[in-house]
Amino acid sequence: MSLVQVLFYLMALVTLGSALVVAASKNLVRSIFMFFVTLFGLAGLYVLAVADFVAVTQIVIYVGGILVLILFAFMLSGKESLAAMEQQQNRFISLNTIAAFILSALFLVVMVNVIFKADIAGLAWVKAAKDTGNIIPVNQSGINNIGINLMTSYLLPFEAISILLMIALVGAAHLSRKEGNP
Amino acid sequence: MIGLQHFMLVSAGLFCIGLFIIVSKKNAIQILIGIELMLNAANLNLVAFGRYDRINNGGQMFALFAIVLAAATTAVALAIILNVYRRYKTIDADKINQLKD
Repeated sequence: MSLVQVLFYLMALVTLGSALVVAASKNLVRSIFMFFVTLFGLAGLYVLAVADFVAVTQIVIYVGGILVLILFAFMLSGKESLAAMEQQQNRFISLNTIAAFILSALFLVVMVNVIFKADIAGLAWVKAAKDTGNIIPVNQSGINNIGINLMTSYLLPFEAISILLMIALVGAAHLSRKEGNP
Repeated sequence: MIGLQHFMLVSAGLFCIGLFIIVSKKNAIQILIGIELMLNAANLNLVAFGRYDRINNGGQMFALFAIVLAAATTAVALAIILNVYRRYKTIDADKINQLKD
């Protein structure tokens, strides 16, 4: 097994294991910080898929932005949310969660079946990309290309999403303002 | 390099864990974490397929846009959670059962 494969399985193990801890943990703070570990593991998987720019963006936006927002919401929503958590059962699979467990397990079975039967590596466009050399090489980053594409062929979605982000931020500020103030 | 199938299996596992969290948890913040996990599973697939598109970078672009959309969603959702907490003094999704006062 090559080093890349070992790293991939390590990252997959870290990601899936910490996601399972997020699902099983009774303590909300612990599950939020385990989510942090999941996001770092995913960034590692992105690097192994030769997408280093996406990996850095994932760390900056998710860990720096979203996780801090979630922690803020947790700290502002006080003790009652913790009290409700403590009443939950200790076990991972209890009578309350058996339906959710069966649902997600069946989803997993269906998806794994589809993945194994779909013959992904033999898809026509993937094969064509391999033949024509349209694969991102391992030893050079595609960041230049990403920047050029973002400013040329993806310019309209880029501008649209910047406006949407501004609208969302204004809306969030409007929603969380104190009531009564004009 | 690692085959596409491995990435898809990891992503299917993450998606199912996210689904389990969304259906089984009662706390609104935990449900939000489940949604983020499912979004990340989709992103992993996009990035893994994006390797085979060097010229247009389609997969990586869509992953970047999805990350930005997730950030916008989270900001609005957390503002809603804070509002709900102010009105009901709880963020238990089972106890929030009125539309307005």
